[in-house]
Amino acid sequence: MALDSKIPKGPLADKWTNYKNNINLVNPANKRNIDVIVVGTGLAGGSAAATLAELGYNVKAFCFQDSPRRAHSIAAQGGINAAKNYQGDGDSTYRLFYDTVKGGDYRSREANVYRLAEVSANIIDQCVAQGVPFAREYGGYLDNRSFGGVLVSRTFYAAGQTGQQLLLGAYSAMNRQIGRGKITMYNRHEMLDVVVVGGKARGIIARNLVTGEVERHSAHAVVLGTGGYGNVFFLSTNAMGSNVTAAWKAHKRGAFFANPCYTQIHPTCIPVSGEHQSKLTLMSESLRNDGRIWVPKNMDDVLAIREGKLKPTDIPAENRDYYLERRYPAFGNLVPRDVASRAAKERCDAGYGVNRTGEAVFLDFASAIERYGKERAHIRGFDENDPKIVKKFGQEVIKEKYGNLFQMYEKIVDQNPYETPMMIYPAVHYTMGGLWVDYNLMTTVPGLYCIGEANFSDHGANRLGASALMQGLADGYFVLPYTIGDYLSQDIRTGKIPTDTPEFDEAEKNVKDSLEHLINNNGAHSVDHFHKKLGKIMWNKCGMARNAQGLKEAIVEIAALREEFWKDVRVPGVLNEYNEELAKAMRVADYLELGELFAKDALEREESAGGHFREEFQTEEGEALRRPEFQYVAAWEYKGTPKDAVLHKEELEFENIEVKERSYK
Amino acid sequence: MKLTLKIWRQKNADTKGKMVDYPIDGIDGDMSFLEMLDILNEDLINKGEEPVAFDHDCREGICGMCSLHINGEPHGPDKGITTCQLHMRMFKDGDTIFIEPFRANAFPVIKDLVVDRSSFDRIQHAGGFISVNTSGNTIDANAIPINKHDADEAFEAATCIGCGACVASCKNSSAMLFVAAKVSQFALLPQGKVEATERVLNMVKQMDEEGFGNCTNTGACEVECPKGISLEYIARMNREYLAASLKG
Amino acid sequence: MGGIFNSSVGRKFAMALSAFFLMIFLVQHFAINLLSVFSADTFNEASHFMGTFWVVQYIFQPILIFGVIFHFVMGMVLEIRNKNARSIGYVKYNGNANSTWMSRNMIYTGAVILLFLGLHFYDFWLPEINTKFIQGDMSGTLASGEYRYYEELQHKFVDVWRVALYCLSFVFLSLHLLHGFSSAFQSVGANNKYTKGLRGFGKAYAIVIPLGFIFIALYHHFN
Repeated sequence: MALDSKIPKGPLADKWTNYKNNINLVNPANKRNIDVIVVGTGLAGGSAAATLAELGYNVKAFCFQDSPRRAHSIAAQGGINAAKNYQGDGDSTYRLFYDTVKGGDYRSREANVYRLAEVSANIIDQCVAQGVPFAREYGGYLDNRSFGGVLVSRTFYAAGQTGQQLLLGAYSAMNRQIGRGKITMYNRHEMLDVVVVGGKARGIIARNLVTGEVERHSAHAVVLGTGGYGNVFFLSTNAMGSNVTAAWKAHKRGAFFANPCYTQIHPTCIPVSGEHQSKLTLMSESLRNDGRIWVPKNMDDVLAIREGKLKPTDIPAENRDYYLERRYPAFGNLVPRDVASRAAKERCDAGYGVNRTGEAVFLDFASAIERYGKERAHIRGFDENDPKIVKKFGQEVIKEKYGNLFQMYEKIVDQNPYETPMMIYPAVHYTMGGLWVDYNLMTTVPGLYCIGEANFSDHGANRLGASALMQGLADGYFVLPYTIGDYLSQDIRTGKIPTDTPEFDEAEKNVKDSLEHLINNNGAHSVDHFHKKLGKIMWNKCGMARNAQGLKEAIVEIAALREEFWKDVRVPGVLNEYNEELAKAMRVADYLELGELFAKDALEREESAGGHFREEFQTEEGEALRRPEFQYVAAWEYKGTPKDAVLHKEELEFENIEVKERSYK
Repeated sequence: MKLTLKIWRQKNADTKGKMVDYPIDGIDGDMSFLEMLDILNEDLINKGEEPVAFDHDCREGICGMCSLHINGEPHGPDKGITTCQLHMRMFKDGDTIFIEPFRANAFPVIKDLVVDRSSFDRIQHAGGFISVNTSGNTIDANAIPINKHDADEAFEAATCIGCGACVASCKNSSAMLFVAAKVSQFALLPQGKVEATERVLNMVKQMDEEGFGNCTNTGACEVECPKGISLEYIARMNREYLAASLKG
Repeated sequence: MGGIFNSSVGRKFAMALSAFFLMIFLVQHFAINLLSVFSADTFNEASHFMGTFWVVQYIFQPILIFGVIFHFVMGMVLEIRNKNARSIGYVKYNGNANSTWMSRNMIYTGAVILLFLGLHFYDFWLPEINTKFIQGDMSGTLASGEYRYYEELQHKFVDVWRVALYCLSFVFLSLHLLHGFSSAFQSVGANNKYTKGLRGFGKAYAIVIPLGFIFIALYHHFN
């Protein structure tokens, strides 16, 4: 099957407008007769559900959390990009497009990214109208900050809680439609299969997590906004419940899975403290605006710090290695995430890690405190040479900017980051891969759409900071509502989709069989036992640096672990009740399949690009070595087991951007 | 650390529950409270017993899913945090820790420590929004400058994570702080002022119908709120409500 | 406006309004009582004026009685509703960690005050009503022709037990006011930059006024 990305003809800047002018629409009276299922209520799913309901479709929305407001988009801290150019610093739709494609290491689809950049400005207007309280300047106008990998300030933010505020905006739009009866909300429900009838996605099988009941839901189209699969690593910054199940089940029903190996390892997370660790906590990338990253130059100092004989503040500037500033003078501490993460790994692998585990580097705010302190002392008419006053004012400014993050750090690590540098280490954060979609955001299963992080998205091989929120909302508010109408216009005479058909029977039986197997298995080990093992394989062999041998081993090990899981997992409790272990088991079962495909994809991609770094393919300076023959999207078709998956290539063409070496020096 | 946990166990909404004792050993101060419960559950599963059900998701203090009442306080003894951010260094060897679900008739127990907070959602359905289409065809975001003070205050109200600690801590099981935060966020912004009257009337009405108690200004909610949302917002809602009642 | 007092916020508002009225009354009552310490004659005159002026007797007095009853009944209603909002309580509830004892026990401090009011009515108000409206003696004087108020006052504070009860009740009034004063302002929506000052004033009020009453009682007891 050839992949058709359905990119509209015409010049890049006009594609979306022309497309919108020429699609089929559904008249309002007919929309009332059309049902749409939206799975996931994060920024993408929530905004899509609200908008579709507002347009007049009957929406059924599903989330596994106890309220749509708790989807993990809520945890995004730093901000949302938009080409508003309010700062007048040279930003434009084209520049946002350019930065995103370059940041993604030239592995994304031009037309999609341009559309994203084009609608980005609308997102800010929309959110402000909804009452999202973005940060403002004293003049009352919106404030911006800058983020890694770009040279302009285009990021809008609400302190360190931008994701929360945007999600609550989408949630409020949903609430309005729930109140009107246009959205039926199914909280604490987990989608466990897609039902395909006559080649089209016509419903889902979902399990009510409170009663344990398996339910059938039909619709004319199904939209997945179910987020990323970072938890395949067990430890990640994702929420505990974040899972790949919906996307994976769709994959097994015919949706191609694209670029699973593109994983973003975020450079600024709180380091692992021990075996008990259940998840990792991100410290917003915005901290790199003001924090300087370093490790000691001398090994003696490293050892002394680990043993607690020296404090980081005791080490003079000349004995510190500000390695990002050293290696990338142009971007310094603001290089893109993949570059910053690999640089930290490089230093720690060389033995310069600064905590007990040897896997941490310093993020130091002392210079920023001094700089801001002097500025404020000057403005307020105090002596800017008095270190005490400077420190006080400097800490005050830092607190205003990052107070909640500093507090979070202190609660977790029990150290005061105003006085001593933070310790950070990279952690799995975002997955650029996901279900393959065309320009319409439709997967290879007709009527099955995929939006937000769950699709293989607009980010190529690496996502720039503050772009995930942009993509989620762009897909949900402004793209999908148009593209899905074009598809649904064929369904105005279809009528209600019945759920008592063989296709629903088969899908339900499938789900029930798995559930029953797991609950009756009575093996020796808990679900977490297997999940942790999988995570270790993934982190060690498919993590920040990968090589052919490790990946081959990973494929074998994951397959063996999967077999062991089905034989030996123990799930306590019964089927028809609230049973978190059972829900977890279903998720881990899918991770055990995805993990293998992940490794296979990484093995097949013999180049380094963005979030995928193959040790065999690097420049002499240790930078990622992209190879032109891999300028394609790897879309995998399911064929029974992950190892048999068949690769389909969507060649990427760059007509508006010159593919160059991606340099941040 | 060696601890004794006293945990509320309840099979489902229809059965009665009781406190059950669980000794636990080998707990490290750097563990989070929920990681300590993970260890307990792993033990229970290995022993063939049912693990303790509790709500949790992001484990970084923002989703609002975790909801434990620990040693007589929602989210435990530390302030300004959620349960998932509580670390075991707050306890000492030999301590006995009481772990109960958030209690309120409007938050019925689903199982063990898991409660149903959909009453909060229903309050939001009644008016927790600004009626604007999501077409994006609105005015430019900078068309209406908003006084920074108001914007900041609206933001502080909007930091509510909807966890329900306010209800759990309140001797009256009142949801005033939660509702006030949402009402205030919108009332402080020019975009939200247009339908402020209806919003506050509808949300308070729904709050009352859900069976939350009446606020008696004890201030417990403000102290226990992981986001430190101030009682000032309750006063603001009282004002808004009284003004709205007189108008409408 | 119709449904306002059926709503939780409206009830709270009504509680606060009756509280304001009672707090103002308390100041006035205190002021007149205080006169008894300085000058028996002034006290007598003021008492007589209050006891016979029609506006006070036929307008303020019924409002006051209504206010007391309303405040009490509404307090009970709220307490019952609030108790019913949590039918299964906590095994461990550490209220002191987040609120004051006073704020959590308004119903008990209020109940003590109510009992005291019973005693107070029995001691002062009922005899007054009896003298003035049943026996129809509006003169306010004793057989000797002197005003009776000061005399009666002193007489009541002879019994040590009564004085002790009186003092104890005012301790409870103080506890009630320590939360009630600022709470009433919060209920009507007044929480702003003056709140801190107001809270301080409220604390002073809640301590000074009851202490004053106690002082007056002791003063008369020992004189």
